[in-house]
Amino acid sequence: MSGISWDWHYTGQILPDLIIALFQYTIVVTVLAFVLALVVGMVFALLMRAPNVVVRQVVRWIMEFIRSTPPLVQLFFVFYVLPQLGLTLDAVTCGVLTLGIHYATYTSEVYRAGIEDVPRGQWEAATALSLSTRRTWTSVILPQAIPKVIPAQGNNLISLLKDVPILVSIAVPELLFQAFSAGNKTLSYLEPLTVAGVLFLAVSIPASILVRRLERRFGH
Amino acid sequence: MFSEISERMPQLLSGSWITVQLTVYSAAVGIVIALIFGLMGTSSHAWARTVSRVYVEIFRGLAVLIIMYWFFYSLPLLGFRLEPMVAGVAALGLNAGAYGAEVVRGAVLAVPKAQYEATIALNFSTAQRLRRVIIPQAWAAMIPPLTNLLIQLLKGTALVSLITIVDLSKVADNWRGNSGNSALSYGTSLVFYFVIAQVFVLLMRWLERRANRKLGRTAAPRRPRLDALTQPRMPGGGIG
Repeated sequence: MSGISWDWHYTGQILPDLIIALFQYTIVVTVLAFVLALVVGMVFALLMRAPNVVVRQVVRWIMEFIRSTPPLVQLFFVFYVLPQLGLTLDAVTCGVLTLGIHYATYTSEVYRAGIEDVPRGQWEAATALSLSTRRTWTSVILPQAIPKVIPAQGNNLISLLKDVPILVSIAVPELLFQAFSAGNKTLSYLEPLTVAGVLFLAVSIPASILVRRLERRFGH
Repeated sequence: MFSEISERMPQLLSGSWITVQLTVYSAAVGIVIALIFGLMGTSSHAWARTVSRVYVEIFRGLAVLIIMYWFFYSLPLLGFRLEPMVAGVAALGLNAGAYGAEVVRGAVLAVPKAQYEATIALNFSTAQRLRRVIIPQAWAAMIPPLTNLLIQLLKGTALVSLITIVDLSKVADNWRGNSGNSALSYGTSLVFYFVIAQVFVLLMRWLERRANRKLGRTAAPRRPRLDALTQPRMPGGGIG
C-alpha cells in the first residue's frame, strides 16, 4: 500500500464536532473531577493527621487501594454497582465521581507534603498564642501550605485530563468517543483519531507549560 | 460468594497473567525508550536534546488510550495491522518511555559533577563513563520514581480490555456480563490488581536496596517532598 490517503474534506467535516466534544465534555469533566479531587483530597490529608492511629491506618490503606488499582475498573464498579444499590447516576456523573476520588488520593499526597513543608516554628507559635486547632489550621498552616502546592496540584490536573478518555467505555460523548463514533460511521479511523490526538496535545502541552511557569513563580 | 469466586478462579488467574505480561513487556519497551531519550536529554548536542524534548512532550501530552486506539484502529488504514497485544504494549511502552525519559534525565543530571570530572581525569571512554560511574549512581536514584511508573503501567494495562484483549479487567467484565453480579466481579478484580501492585512494589524495593547496597548507601526516606511531587507524572501517577 503506497501513499497516505488523508481526506481533508472529511477532516473538515468532523472537526467542529470534535472541538465541541473537547470543550463540552472532556474539559468540563476534567474541571469538575479536579474540584472534587481537591476537596476530598483535603479531607484525606487531614484524616491522615488524625490523632487516632486506627483512623490513620484505615485511611492510608483505603488510599493505597484506590491508588494502585485501575481507574477503568473503578469506573465500571461505580457505573454498574451504584444502580444496584438504588442510586442511578448518569455516565458523566459516574466519571466525575470515579476520577475525582481516584485523584483525591494524589491531591492529598501533595497537600501532605505542603503541610509538612510548613516550618515547625509555625506550629509552635500557634501553640504559644494558644490558638484553637481550627484557627491553627485555617489561619496559620493552610494559608502557608496551599500556595506552595499550586504547581504540584496543576500536575494532578493535567494527569486527570489524560485519564478522561477512559470514559469512552461508558459512552460519555467526550473527545475520544466522538472521534471513535465518527470513525465507526465511515470505517475510516485515521482522520478522526489523529485529529483527536492533535486536539488533545493542543490542550495538554500549553497546560503543562503553564504549570511550569506557575512552578517558577511559586517555586522554592 | 466464595464458590462463585472459586468457579471463576481459572479465568481470573489467566487474566492476571495477561495483565502481568503486558506490564512487564511495556516496562521493558519503556525502559529502553527512557534510556535512549533520557540520555539524549543530557547530551551536549542541541539537536539530541531537541529530539528528546519533542518525543517527551508529544507522548507525555497524549492520553494513552488515544495512542492505543490510534495504533489499533488507525494504523491498519496506513497498511500496518498490529496484533492487539502489540498495539497495547506499544502504546503503553511509548507513553511510559516518555515519563521514564524525564526520570532518567533528572537522575543522570543529579549525579555530582565531580564524578563526571573524575572519569575524564581517569581517561574513561563515554561507554565506560556511563556504564561504570554515571548509570550505577543514577540507577539508585531512578528506582523510586520508576516504581511509581510501573504501578501506573499496571493500571494502564486495564485499557487493553477496550481493544479486545482478555486481561484481568475483561475477565471481570465478562463475569459481570454473565452473572450480573457487578460488585463481586469488579471488586474481586480490584483486589487482584491491588495484590499484583503490592508484589511489584516489594520487588522494586528489593531492587532499590540492592542498588543502594552496591553504592554503599542506605535508601533515602520514601515519602516524597513537595519538590519531588512537582515533577509531571503519568495520569494516575505516583505512590507516595
